[in-house]
Amino acid sequence: MKILVIEDDAQAAAYMVKGLRESGHVVDHAADGKDGLFMAGSENYDVLIVDRLLPGRDGLSLVEILRGAGTDTPVLFLSALGSVDDRVRGLRAGGDDYLTKPYAFSELLARVEALGRRKSAGAAATTRLQVADLEMDLLARRVRRGTKQIDLLPREFRLLEYLMRHAGNVVTRTMLLENVWDYHFDPQTNVIDVHVARLRQKIDRDFPTPMIHTVRGAGYTLRA
Amino acid sequence: MPDLGLLRTTTFRVALLYLGLFLASVLVILGLIYWFTAGFIERQTDETIAAEIAGLREHYRQRRLPGLIEVVNARSATPRTSTLYLVASPTYAPLAGNLSAWPDAAPDPDGWVEFEIKDAPPTPDGRRHDARAVMFTLSGGYHLLVGRDTRERGQFQERVLISLAWALLLTIGLGAAGGVLISRNVMHRIDAINRTTRQIMSGALQERMAVKGSGDELDQLAGNLNAMLDQIEQLMVGMRQVSDSIAHDLRTPLTRLRSRLEITLVECSGEDEYRGAIQEAIGEADRLLGIFSALLSIAEAEAGTLQRSFHKVALADIARRIADLYEPAAEEAGLSLDSDIQAEPVVLGNQQLLAQAVANLLDNALKYSPTGGRVTLTVDGPDGSRGAFISVADGGPGIPADQRESVLRRFVRLESSRSSPGNGLGLSLVDAVARLHGARLEMDDNRPGLIVAIVFPRIGAG
Repeated sequence: MKILVIEDDAQAAAYMVKGLRESGHVVDHAADGKDGLFMAGSENYDVLIVDRLLPGRDGLSLVEILRGAGTDTPVLFLSALGSVDDRVRGLRAGGDDYLTKPYAFSELLARVEALGRRKSAGAAATTRLQVADLEMDLLARRVRRGTKQIDLLPREFRLLEYLMRHAGNVVTRTMLLENVWDYHFDPQTNVIDVHVARLRQKIDRDFPTPMIHTVRGAGYTLRA
Repeated sequence: MPDLGLLRTTTFRVALLYLGLFLASVLVILGLIYWFTAGFIERQTDETIAAEIAGLREHYRQRRLPGLIEVVNARSATPRTSTLYLVASPTYAPLAGNLSAWPDAAPDPDGWVEFEIKDAPPTPDGRRHDARAVMFTLSGGYHLLVGRDTRERGQFQERVLISLAWALLLTIGLGAAGGVLISRNVMHRIDAINRTTRQIMSGALQERMAVKGSGDELDQLAGNLNAMLDQIEQLMVGMRQVSDSIAHDLRTPLTRLRSRLEITLVECSGEDEYRGAIQEAIGEADRLLGIFSALLSIAEAEAGTLQRSFHKVALADIARRIADLYEPAAEEAGLSLDSDIQAEPVVLGNQQLLAQAVANLLDNALKYSPTGGRVTLTVDGPDGSRGAFISVADGGPGIPADQRESVLRRFVRLESSRSSPGNGLGLSLVDAVARLHGARLEMDDNRPGLIVAIVFPRIGAG
């Protein structure tokens, strides 16, 4: 993917750019809002990573200008301000996701890749999801793997839907908490792991190849 | 403090203002007194003259000039009369009356004239004889003057004026003295407050304002200042505890982190060993970050700025969703998580924070309940005796009644739970969230175990 990082802190930007390039992405970097605005408007990026606090302007206003100019590139906000209020304002200004500093790089990578996929997938409403022999019928709320009908609880269904929509990508525990339960805090108990473990029981048991994989230190991924 | 300062004090200015108002009202009262006494006498003089004139006019109409002269002579002869008469020829030669000459003062348009009686014997104190009269011109060019000697009236008015002036002087004197006394008294107390404040600012933090016990505004001010100082002192003690705890609680994991990395450098050889050590280090760093974000959440809840983002929240929804999230984890821990939703109360609040508070309570319940136990999440109210509430009950060791206050403080962990993982911030956050919502945190004995309830204030049902 082609990614633009708009971040004034040289060290943080270098760390981010290096990590993203090692993960196989093409990365450009703008050190302030003016350059960022110019580059984002003139090049075709898959994802923008925008720091909230840029010299002389708030990343929010930059994204509002971009959105006003018709740029619909997905935006991930980075911010040292992690309050519920700030998150809401970021998403309202046209951000697609919001990550609070300090963040784990794996978390950043997972979110950037999820955003990039969202763009390529387009907003077409699908009624069926399929990954290898795992099928999900969104209308009938049914799941099959091969010929086997799998019964899921509503929350397990939502969890699997999210994993399938991001098949092949790493999804972090925080992403699952945010997108499946709409919670923006970290519980001390490993609640997500237990949910995934149960889902894995239902999806992978009785089959030779597991589909739900744990990615150490990052989260989970669903792939054939 | 020198008396010069007195003039600059607010109190004295207020005293002066009062004195001014007091003076103004006294002046009005004195003016009325004057009008009713001296003015009354003046009006009486004029009325007497008018009556005389009416009498004389009657005589003149019936018997013309001779009759008038006769009456005037008769009346002038009355001993010690203070009425003045003079009938004069067209050339102002006196014909009758008790004035020796026609006065040369010019009458005003109404015919009234004020003049000095020249031929009157001077009074011992050299006072002038003043008179007030009306002049007429009769047919045939004759002149008539009727008036009154106003000497006595003048003396009386003067006396009234003098006594009024004295009254005024006395008023100013008494008012000023009173103002000064009052303002000095008040100022003395304010000065004491200022002195104490300066002492406190220079480091004597345990000093407090003196309170007289009279319950007046100054006492209230001193009392409020003292209450404020107590609160600040408590906050400072709290802050010190927090910073001590942070220093202590963060130093331990940081030291551990550092020594692990050091050992890794010295002892590790293979890539796998490095990898493992780095993963451990990341875990340690994550725990540290967790402590920071918990502290920040608490600070955010305590700042109260989130109240702007309050909206209607259904407690039962929060309970259902959080139970949905925690159920498998509870089962995994060998516990049953039951939701007991008795009512559907709606409160004003922040959904995320409330969910986080309930999640923290469930974290604790899961952590401390023995296997096979039961955790109950209850939503009920509001009813007559109690506001709406959401509560978590477990079958763990509970918290002794005398320690329920202290577990709400940051980093406080009971001896009994030292061994289990946790940072001692969970209940602090619950407490901060409850206070942000104006709710109470109630802890009770579940016999065995603990019940923690967030009890909301009663609001109009939404």
